[in-house]
Amino acid sequence: MTSPIAGGVDCDLHPAVPHLTSLLPYMNDYWRDQVTTRGMTDLISQSYPTNSPISSRPDWRPAQGKPGSSLADMQSQALDRFGAAYGICNPLYGVQMVFSEDMADAFCRALNDWLVKEWLDRDDRLRGSIVIPVQSIEKAVAEIERCAQDKRFVQVLMLVMGDMPLGKRHYWPIYAAAERLGLPIGIHAGSAYHNPPSSVGWGSYHIEDYVAQAQAFQTQLTSLIVEGVFARHPNLKMVMLESGFTWLPPFLWRLHKFWRGIRMETPWVDRAPLEIVRSNIRFSLQPVDAPPEGDTLNRLFDHMQSDELILFSSDYPHWQFDGDEVLPQGLSQALVRKIMIDNPHATYPRLKLKETTR
Amino acid sequence: MNVQIRERPEAASSTSIKTAIADCDIHPARATKDELYPYLAKRWHAHLETFGIQAYQGMMEGPPYPKAQPNASRRDAYPPEGGPQGSSLSFMQKQHLDPNNVALGVLNPLATGQGLRNQDLAGAVCSAINDWQIEKWTSKDSRLKGSVVVANEDGVSAAAEIRKRAGDRSFVQVLLLSRNVEPLGQRRYWPIYEAAQEVGLPIGVHAFGFGGNPITASGWPSHYIEEMVGHSQCQQTALASLVLEGVFERFPKLKMVMVEAGFGWAPSLAWRLDKVFTRLHAEVPYLKRKPSEYIRDHIWWTTQPMEDPESRDHLFQTIEWIGWDKLLFATDYPHWDYDEPSRVLPAGVSDANRQAFYLDNAKQLYGIS
Repeated sequence: MTSPIAGGVDCDLHPAVPHLTSLLPYMNDYWRDQVTTRGMTDLISQSYPTNSPISSRPDWRPAQGKPGSSLADMQSQALDRFGAAYGICNPLYGVQMVFSEDMADAFCRALNDWLVKEWLDRDDRLRGSIVIPVQSIEKAVAEIERCAQDKRFVQVLMLVMGDMPLGKRHYWPIYAAAERLGLPIGIHAGSAYHNPPSSVGWGSYHIEDYVAQAQAFQTQLTSLIVEGVFARHPNLKMVMLESGFTWLPPFLWRLHKFWRGIRMETPWVDRAPLEIVRSNIRFSLQPVDAPPEGDTLNRLFDHMQSDELILFSSDYPHWQFDGDEVLPQGLSQALVRKIMIDNPHATYPRLKLKETTR
Repeated sequence: MNVQIRERPEAASSTSIKTAIADCDIHPARATKDELYPYLAKRWHAHLETFGIQAYQGMMEGPPYPKAQPNASRRDAYPPEGGPQGSSLSFMQKQHLDPNNVALGVLNPLATGQGLRNQDLAGAVCSAINDWQIEKWTSKDSRLKGSVVVANEDGVSAAAEIRKRAGDRSFVQVLLLSRNVEPLGQRRYWPIYEAAQEVGLPIGVHAFGFGGNPITASGWPSHYIEEMVGHSQCQQTALASLVLEGVFERFPKLKMVMVEAGFGWAPSLAWRLDKVFTRLHAEVPYLKRKPSEYIRDHIWWTTQPMEDPESRDHLFQTIEWIGWDKLLFATDYPHWDYDEPSRVLPAGVSDANRQAFYLDNAKQLYGIS
């Protein structure tokens, strides 16, 4: 077993909203009334059915309520257990699925305010990601600017499957705001289900949706790179969260080959895809889609040609590993230090900011 | 891949290769629009003139994303007698089959009846394409073998077409495309698998196709390069669907070839499938084995566009994870991203693996002595 070292940054924790009604105190009268009068149900995405084995490790599943809904559990099961100095909260509440931009805006504001009050204010180690109403670029930018005043927000959060590929110019005002405010864009597994959850249509099973997350990340990386997001925003970092990463080398071989062949189509892409990934893209550690022995994984790290791409994550409370094996076998101590401390700090500049506007 | 910018003399287009090879992805084309008419009932001539071909994409002519070159093909592959690249047998022989010592060439016709919205038309065009493969290609050059194209969205018609070609050694596989109305493991496609298993033909699943779904799970991208790269993600998902729906449990003798979709992603996909399967087995209880085992036993991979990492060790390690016995060499002639046979494998491969890669795996899979 590879042991974690103290003082790490856990870059992917999932505090759960107990129910839509938990957000009512953070909504205005109009939206409180909408939620109650219309009998709106809880916003649980098919990406993470509450009782699916993926959604929680069996020994992390509470006797009642949603996994990840208790701060005390998160502290004892993840933060304390793996010795984290910081933990970044990425709420996966289904606000991206709604179709009305006004409703999405109200729900995102409530969600972000809920995160501050119920989590960030209650544990100094916790940091947050700003969940945005991608249904409206204008409202998304406004929400980023509003939340960014609190320095404990260290990232903007988007889902890997939305309405359009994320490299599209449509989204660039979001990226401009994030770059300006020192916020990486975190792109997390999950779908808004505004498109079929795979590029070949709707499958039959939850397991297919989960496997297909990795392919969705691949197509988003293509889009982000070839649309020129990083030529326009060279200081913007994007973090692929719960993406898997063992697919990266062969993905880049293919993208690089086609880029060499047809770069005349996207002349603004002025660096090789691998170089862009090295400078601008990071990946959370879990899940590790590789055999359990260390040999293969170390070969895969060699194929990635960089030790700066991976950021430590437990993906709490999702079931990616058992026991204390939050780090895969066979990693050197030097690599563990990079993954747990150096790489996250290099990615999230706002972790260094001490004062908040509380 | 080599991009042709300037014209070059045709004789120089291939370095001669001494040992015989199999080319498991060759694209034959029609010289003229009406070349299929002799194989189609009169009713369809009028239909095609009036309504044209309507696939699950909006363009009446050409692809949704303009290709990098005309017909996505090499500029030096236009036959001297006219017609698009890949439409002349004699020029294909002269430019590719003879100088590259192709002992077995597998034809994968594209732009057929696959991916059409009108299923009667789809069936008629596919059957016509199969007759045309025999008459124009396989009967004229014994090195060439056809692929049975089928109306992919109409399982009954597709299965009938496969059974109609049973025992005809002009054909060595059934051809499907990766992108369809639904993921390929879905039951609407099972009659195709049943018929293919029954007549003993492998199924080639070629990248591309139209099924109406955006080519990303986040909608339509902007560029041709995104479509080209995206085909490998479509293929990964299609393969996951085949495994997870239990197609190989249901049809245990079925063999499939992933054509022109890359193979480097196979290990990562298999590891991911295995890992998730340990958590979610209860949802797919009919699977008796780990997903990676179905892939290892039922799937072959064509090589073009060849994985091309900076370090050859990375390539060799990847191939070892998949198996040297599972790769089938292909050039994709006459397409622009053609792989030159003499330049695909780096030095450092054993003679036995080289022989398997270039020829023997294909002969064995396709039953060619």
